Amino acid sequence: MQPFIFERADTPAAAVRAGTSTRGPSAVAGPIQYLAGGTTLLDLMKLDVMRPQTVVDINALGDGPLGRIEATSTGLRLGALVRMADAAEHPAIRSDCPMIAQSLALAASQQIRNMASLGGNVLQRTRCTYFRDVTYQACNKRVPGSGCAAMDGFNRDHAVLGTSDSCIATYPGDFAQAMIALDARVEVIGSGGTRTIPFATLHRRPGETPDVETSLRPGDMIAGFRVALAPWMRRSLYLKVRDRVSYEFALASAAVALDVKDGQVADVRIALGGVATVPWRANEAEDALRGQALDDRTMEGAAQSAFATARTQAHNAYKVALGQRTLIRALREAAAMQI
Amino acid sequence: MASSDDRASGAGSSRREFLLVGASTVAAPALARAATETPRAAPRDPRMPAAMTLNVNGHDHRVALDIRTTLLDALREHLGLTGAKKGCDHGQCGACTVLLGERRVLSCLTLAASVQGRPVTTIEGLAKPDGTLHPVQQAFVDQDAFQCGYCTPGQIISAVACIKEGHAENDADIREYMSGNLCRCAAYPNIVAAIKQAKRAMAIAATGSGR
Repeated sequence: MQPFIFERADTPAAAVRAGTSTRGPSAVAGPIQYLAGGTTLLDLMKLDVMRPQTVVDINALGDGPLGRIEATSTGLRLGALVRMADAAEHPAIRSDCPMIAQSLALAASQQIRNMASLGGNVLQRTRCTYFRDVTYQACNKRVPGSGCAAMDGFNRDHAVLGTSDSCIATYPGDFAQAMIALDARVEVIGSGGTRTIPFATLHRRPGETPDVETSLRPGDMIAGFRVALAPWMRRSLYLKVRDRVSYEFALASAAVALDVKDGQVADVRIALGGVATVPWRANEAEDALRGQALDDRTMEGAAQSAFATARTQAHNAYKVALGQRTLIRALREAAAMQI
Repeated sequence: MASSDDRASGAGSSRREFLLVGASTVAAPALARAATETPRAAPRDPRMPAAMTLNVNGHDHRVALDIRTTLLDALREHLGLTGAKKGCDHGQCGACTVLLGERRVLSCLTLAASVQGRPVTTIEGLAKPDGTLHPVQQAFVDQDAFQCGYCTPGQIISAVACIKEGHAENDADIREYMSGNLCRCAAYPNIVAAIKQAKRAMAIAATGSGR
């Protein structure tokens, strides 16, 4: 691990002041990094993948609004420093939007959920082996312009949606799928004050600059997430398919919220994980289902449309069928929920 | 050829005694360094050791550490508390699990500097001063819940928290909420049995009844 200067911020303004003292194209690769749970940052610093010059410990901000969950009948505000375990166990979240609670409970281990913050979780970086192991020279995400070792490498875990010729690394998180499915908004504190952006604009597809993973600028700090809830979102779930039953990243996952009236899909929200380079809202699948009866034919059609743009590699073609079946099973299970 | 290390450990002492002696002798020079060399808590030169106070098993330890030091390395290399184990050092195996306050966390992914002022409990802090084992420790012995023992301190700390969290209601629950602790010897069935035994024992100790 490279040496770094360690600072503590007692107010959001102090943190952002510390964080914005340098410029750069990318917050995730910036020389100043915020430390919350540290479960990604310390790991990648040990691997020499991340080499910040300054680490700003923001955990003291958890005593304020950044550490709180506010739940009303119409929505949630989740502070960025709320720990994954606390949101996963929150009674109102579990009952009013099981998708959110399940996306958190099915991620990582209890130790990591106790440590990891919601803000840090959505910024979790890919598990691509070629990104995490610096002995591989070719990684456009780690060293812009160096190539992509995964293209010709072992790419069973890699993405089939949202890829580019530069990068096929999978976005590894789960909670972000719930956020993007529910049209959450992200509170961001930056040098210009607080702004609110759609969650869907937080992550950037790799394109030709996979090193720029988010729309955050250096020094920007996520303060919280706002989610508008409707009563029908009690009929929601997060289904995660993986190589072992616990403590593993998704090969494919589906976040589904379903509103069925008179046998027809009045509204539906779908996001997919484990198969895409970013948290993936399946707009085409939603459009295919709205106003339709939820039956085998419509679900099959929605699943096919969700993966219509899939681009597969040597070892990950199975993710198309697995992702489609995961979505169909999630829809079936959501439809069968007693709420 | 007696070195200072030999004198510190004491010829003929047991490994446990050596570890305990090591704890007291290592902390003392660290205290002296902290008092004389590093007056500032967060030096601007990242190569300079940073003074910090760690509260472990009810005792404050003043140490001066490289700011990169993880809580795990601070415990093992600077406080002589080698109960928490270094398995993967990347948050994947759970061997380094300790309690931070009431919560189980991974000490290998925690900077020592970030936990100042917060109580840390390691496996060395579970038994009573008279040597009576914690119910989870006793249950691991009774149920033969380990083979090589390397993962065991992490398993036991994790199990203590798992029971207190209310995540030990049934076998499936235990398996899910203990999934962050890997055991290469695959003692899992006996670990589940030990946690069930310990849960009953802790309930009896807390309320005087088994329910």
